[in-house]
Amino acid sequence: MNDILKLTAIEISEKYKKKELSCTEVTKAFLARTINTNKDLNSFVAICEETALTTAKTVDEKIARSQELKLLEGVPIAIKDNMCTSGVRTTCCSKILHNFIPSYDATVIEKIKNNNMPILGKTNMDEFAMGSSTETSFFGSTKNPWDTKTVPGGSSGGSAVAVSALQAPLALGSDTGGSIRQPASFCGIVGMKPTYGVVSRYGLIAFASSLDQIGPFSKNIDDSAALLSVISGHDSKDSTSQTQIDTNYTKLDSLKEIKIGLPKEFFANLDSKTKELYQNITNKLSNEGIILEETELPSLEQGISTYYIIAPAEASSNLARFDGVRYGYRNEQAKSLVDMMELSRSEGFGAEVKRRILIGTYVLSSGYYDAYYKKAQQVRTIMKNDFQKAFNNYDVLISPTTPTPPFAFGSKSNPLEMYMNDIMTIPANLAGIPALSMPCGTVNDLPMGLHLMGNLLEDKKLFSIAKRIETILGFNLQNPYWEK
Amino acid sequence: MNWEIVIGLEIHAQMSSKSKLTCHCDASFTNEPNTHICPVCTGQPGMLPVVNKQVVESAMMIGLATKCQIRRHNEFARKNYFYPDLPKGYQISQYDKPICEKGELEVEVNGIKRTIGITRVHMEEDAGKLVHAGSDNIKDASYSLSDLNRSSVPLCEIVSEPDIRSAEEAVAYAQKIRQIVRYLGVCDGNMEEGSLRCDANISIRPKGQEKLGTKTEVKNLNSFKSIEKAINIEVERQIDILEEGGEIVQETRHYNESTNSTKSMRSKEDAHDYRYFPDPDLVPILISDEWILKVQGSLPELPEERKNRYINSFSLSGYDAEVITAEKETADFFETTVSCGSKPKETVNWIMSEILGYLNQKGLTLSQTKLTPKLLAELLLLIDKNTISGKIAKTILPEIIETGEKAENIVKNKGLAQVSDEGELKIIIQSVIAENAKVVEDIKSGNPKAMGFLVGQVMKRSGGKANPGKVNELLILALE
Repeated sequence: MNDILKLTAIEISEKYKKKELSCTEVTKAFLARTINTNKDLNSFVAICEETALTTAKTVDEKIARSQELKLLEGVPIAIKDNMCTSGVRTTCCSKILHNFIPSYDATVIEKIKNNNMPILGKTNMDEFAMGSSTETSFFGSTKNPWDTKTVPGGSSGGSAVAVSALQAPLALGSDTGGSIRQPASFCGIVGMKPTYGVVSRYGLIAFASSLDQIGPFSKNIDDSAALLSVISGHDSKDSTSQTQIDTNYTKLDSLKEIKIGLPKEFFANLDSKTKELYQNITNKLSNEGIILEETELPSLEQGISTYYIIAPAEASSNLARFDGVRYGYRNEQAKSLVDMMELSRSEGFGAEVKRRILIGTYVLSSGYYDAYYKKAQQVRTIMKNDFQKAFNNYDVLISPTTPTPPFAFGSKSNPLEMYMNDIMTIPANLAGIPALSMPCGTVNDLPMGLHLMGNLLEDKKLFSIAKRIETILGFNLQNPYWEK
Repeated sequence: MNWEIVIGLEIHAQMSSKSKLTCHCDASFTNEPNTHICPVCTGQPGMLPVVNKQVVESAMMIGLATKCQIRRHNEFARKNYFYPDLPKGYQISQYDKPICEKGELEVEVNGIKRTIGITRVHMEEDAGKLVHAGSDNIKDASYSLSDLNRSSVPLCEIVSEPDIRSAEEAVAYAQKIRQIVRYLGVCDGNMEEGSLRCDANISIRPKGQEKLGTKTEVKNLNSFKSIEKAINIEVERQIDILEEGGEIVQETRHYNESTNSTKSMRSKEDAHDYRYFPDPDLVPILISDEWILKVQGSLPELPEERKNRYINSFSLSGYDAEVITAEKETADFFETTVSCGSKPKETVNWIMSEILGYLNQKGLTLSQTKLTPKLLAELLLLIDKNTISGKIAKTILPEIIETGEKAENIVKNKGLAQVSDEGELKIIIQSVIAENAKVVEDIKSGNPKAMGFLVGQVMKRSGGKANPGKVNELLILALE
């Protein structure tokens, strides 16, 4: 295997500066790896070989002229297929958008292009980001490189696998209830969901607007912080974008005293092996002088039920535009307008998407709005307040990212069982706070993640603490697939 | 039975903003389909709306002009329904937190003043338009095309309380709203082009009863005349049903102007459940006291204030002040003319009868002609100075309107100046007396009416240029 693939993004950047590697060389290495392994893993739904190499050439010209490179300039990246890429098919891995080619770039794509990061391709995902296993993709499921019989997590499974299987040094995902952090955990890499509004949603095909947030996948914390520095910033095209953002996350602070809270709600139902893993981790951390305390956030237990009202409600409205009228899949046999819309939508959406549209439509219906949607919003406010109180005492809150290691394909046929997978990640989306998952060990030879949640707009502090933990734990990323 | 009519009006006013409510596209009308569009207003995947601040201020202006309270925290909501002219599958509108609430407007019908409550003023985006091939409806069309130029064009909906009691009052209210939005400059008020659209909620109840009757909503009222006729015909229909012992069905009815009738569109049972909820793509609009003061300070003089000022500073009658301020354009024209030296009362008369009469006949508006306040003032001053008679002035007015030529020049070139020269007039008078011996005798035998005939003859012979006062004076002298 080519050693280039094992480099972190920052290491690649350093080698460009020292002219030890060319961008074309690096881009070709990752493209070759992607092309060779994609049949097996199905992590990419589109590979953009030509444009990636064109970008690489531009970077190499800059390197040749000894021009100063921008942050992560020339470092290849994979993009989840729900971010619009001008001229490149963007499908949300749904039949209803299987032929959709946007005429515009998402703001994050503009920023990636502005920094000349070669885009290797678009990655597989659960249809419209609705799922926790990448099994609902119209293009088939993605395999976990740690064990190809298990799921990579989701919905950003393709992006997580791309980094984990060394197909890309970096990837972008989106996280509505854990869709970056859960697959990062399942694939043994770092995945981060920034504070809501730190990264523009313009051009991200919406699932649940008040929860969706784009974030980085990487091999380590430094790379994650660097990529967030590239993609973050206020965007006048997104009204929910934060106005006060320090977009430089690369110079992390070294904190003198770190105080961490352990929400007991998240440690309650773990099996003994998992419990032992996290016990060892907390022991290691406190041995290094980090203060750890058990704490309570009672509203966390309402996370799943609150989320499964708000997210489907917003989705039912966000997905109304896919009606077969202007773009995407249309049933051509329909004889009337209503038939055309109904058939296009029935045939174009998969089962999980339809389930959520139905739930969302129901909870917004007149007579039910107050009992469901309005109440869910009230719980959301209580949860935000609970977090605020917790962050008065603690710098971050930690827990496992998921209750279990990656599960086998088809093993969660009951939707509710699948939804329970996101129990630890969902609250951060509801509260809008930053959170990340970093690898912390294995259970039954499968990776587990450590989940860190920070206070609103304290993304940098979150990275700083994660970096410290990373140094202490020294987890080895290598998975069996690296040798393939 | 004696029935009381209860009406509430919903008026949709298209805001005269350069760009649309949620994107930078041109909001103006064009016949070329799908040319004023972008990924945002066509509902492309991943696109986000950004609210046009000017529209927020326009809505505040309407609210302030109708004594509404401005909601410090107001928000946009999504109104969800499927239709091919609605690209996102929802309309961005306002629901339970509209920008303006609880206002009022005074209207006057047959000298009786009444106050109509305004429930709310809210902002929303327009939908696109469908064009059906081979039919006027989607069901029978061989195919339908969608034109999204209008999609997301900004509207303000002004909703009245059910305080209106007659068709005339409804018209007076609608006219007043139109007048206000035009004075504010936030809407051109053009009903034919659909810049101002009106729906009426109509019910009846026995006089004295407090409980409201079942209402129907009548749509497609595209002129003041339709408002009046549709309300009358719908009230008649409701009275007929109730007097025959029937019940009114709560429903939406479509008014057909050519047949002057209403037809059921959909009943309450088929009414959409719009599943309103706050739009998560748009943050709430927070309005500070400073912002309200700023907008308040930018409000132009409103029709009512201007009317009172004209009464006070120009000594116009209430009626004259009312008619001259009906349209802002006319009032502005009047005021500038007066500032050029003409007399207010005469100016009103000339504008209202001569000028507007001429424009109506030609189907023009003031701004489409070459007439300026200065040209009009000059014309009126010529009458004042007895250079020309009012009659001559009227004959040269069309030329001024059409060419923009100064009255003085026209009078000079055509030799139309009034003749007051006694010598010249005496010659004409002598010949008229000589030719009308019989009439002269009549006058001398005590029939003063015949005097008018002689004056007329002199005027005729002078080509209308003789100064009538002077002619009269000289005739009397000549006949003594």
